[in-house]
Amino acid sequence: MSPVNAVLRRELRSYFVTPVAYVFLVIFLVLAGILTFYVGDFYERGQADLQPFFIMQPWLYLILVPAITMRMWAEEAKGGTLELLLTLPLTLWQAMLGKFLAAWLFIGLALALTFPIWVTVNYLGSPDNGIIVAGYLGSWLMAGTFIAIGACLSALTRSQVVAFILTALVCVLLILVGQPQVLDLFQGGWPRRLINAVGYLSMLRHFEAISRGVLDLRDLLYFLLSIIGWLLAGVLLLDLKRTR
Amino acid sequence: MIETDRLTRCYGSLTAVDALSLCVEPGQVLGLLGPNGAGKTTAMRMISGFLAPTSGTARVCGYDVGREPLKARRALGYLPEGAPSYGEMTVREFLRFIVRMRGFSQDAGYRRFHAVVQQLQLEDVLGVSIDSLSKGLRRRVGLAQAIVHDPPVLMLDEPTDGLDPNQKHAVRQLIDMMARDRTILISTHLLEEVHALCNRVVIIARGKLLADATPAELEARSRYHGAVSFSAPGGGMSQEMLGRLPQVAAIEVDPLDGRITVFPKPGERILDAVETLLREQGLEVSEIQLERGRLDEVFRQITTGSEHADRYAGAQA
Repeated sequence: MSPVNAVLRRELRSYFVTPVAYVFLVIFLVLAGILTFYVGDFYERGQADLQPFFIMQPWLYLILVPAITMRMWAEEAKGGTLELLLTLPLTLWQAMLGKFLAAWLFIGLALALTFPIWVTVNYLGSPDNGIIVAGYLGSWLMAGTFIAIGACLSALTRSQVVAFILTALVCVLLILVGQPQVLDLFQGGWPRRLINAVGYLSMLRHFEAISRGVLDLRDLLYFLLSIIGWLLAGVLLLDLKRTR
Repeated sequence: MIETDRLTRCYGSLTAVDALSLCVEPGQVLGLLGPNGAGKTTAMRMISGFLAPTSGTARVCGYDVGREPLKARRALGYLPEGAPSYGEMTVREFLRFIVRMRGFSQDAGYRRFHAVVQQLQLEDVLGVSIDSLSKGLRRRVGLAQAIVHDPPVLMLDEPTDGLDPNQKHAVRQLIDMMARDRTILISTHLLEEVHALCNRVVIIARGKLLADATPAELEARSRYHGAVSFSAPGGGMSQEMLGRLPQVAAIEVDPLDGRITVFPKPGERILDAVETLLREQGLEVSEIQLERGRLDEVFRQITTGSEHADRYAGAQA
């Protein structure tokens, strides 16, 4: 797995050589704080848990993850380095995996840096830290799914802007699809089973289940299969580009 | 060894490379020559595996590029068009990345890294980010990247583009040095490069192979091959006399500097005869030259003269 490792290290380094990493980390942490304390009513709720923090995460990722993933393949295609990378002895899967893992680890770092919120809630009360750990895990898995979507759609185009917009669009659909308001649209005439299936696609539903501390295998599988599926689609797209 | 068998690539209705069959052996430095848009880069991209051919196959060291891509790529050092590299990385980081990708162990990787840095004289810029390098230095970094694993097959897309004459010389020396037991395919539109580097030339235009010969054979096709040119202050007098020589086909005078060029009839050698005649006439000649033939003229003739070109392609097939 050495080529994966080499790609991963190069990607991570490129985040930190350019201001991308620092800008992202600062915005992520500031927004996470603001959303938790002001929008999520962290204090006013009077409960010692991180629900207000986690409930805002999908919306935070919606803006910030596409900003990380948009350059992943689009920049390489535009700058010509794609030809360099893909004529080195590695498979498309290894290249995709290396890039994905780099972004996933990076978001993991950003998540880890939100630890002051966790410290705060432990200082103020005695929360169930098991639930908080599950929440972090769910959040990280959800970020992974967003990244996989972004990685796939970045392989579709040379334009980073197009990659950003497409990724944000797909992500917002996957967040909203399980909301009651959306499911209500399908009520007239659609079979019950289909509506349930659509609801099952909802990222939010699975994330909320995990962040309540309920580690159901189906929720974990949802995220893992989403990640694998989107990465596979990205690899197929890259392969298709060779023949087009 | 590079082998292509009826390699073809279409973009929509445009056929960029049209049934190109080539075999480049170890020890050969093959110059792929052609006007812009002839299909040189597309052909190289298919051999490197970056583009899939519409039909036909390419093999590197016996490995089919489509079926055993990793083995083929391990045997190949490739400098893509424009020598792309990651601009935000320093030269050191970039080359270390390539070394890691090539799967070297720590020690061997370190040795190879230092070897190519020395070969391409990159010691002074190791800590500089590639974005801020000159075009020539960037090209050298690209070359270093291509040869870091000491590949048996080397494919370079315009390796000296953007280099100054000294750097060109250095790169040519490097290629010369590597040529002995390797298979090297370079694309270029510089005819001087063909003289300096290649022992075989393939000319393509509109995706088709039009000529496959040594540089000397190509020169022999030139109208100027075997012609004698000289400058003589009172040379106008001698034209009539020269025209009477049985071996001479034509005489041209350069309207700018008055230089006289005498063309032989096919298969004739005229240097001695012309010299003798000039001496007999007592003409003072400041300098006299036997022309080898002009590659640029042959190149134009082959790539633009479609009638001639088609006939040649027919002979090839």
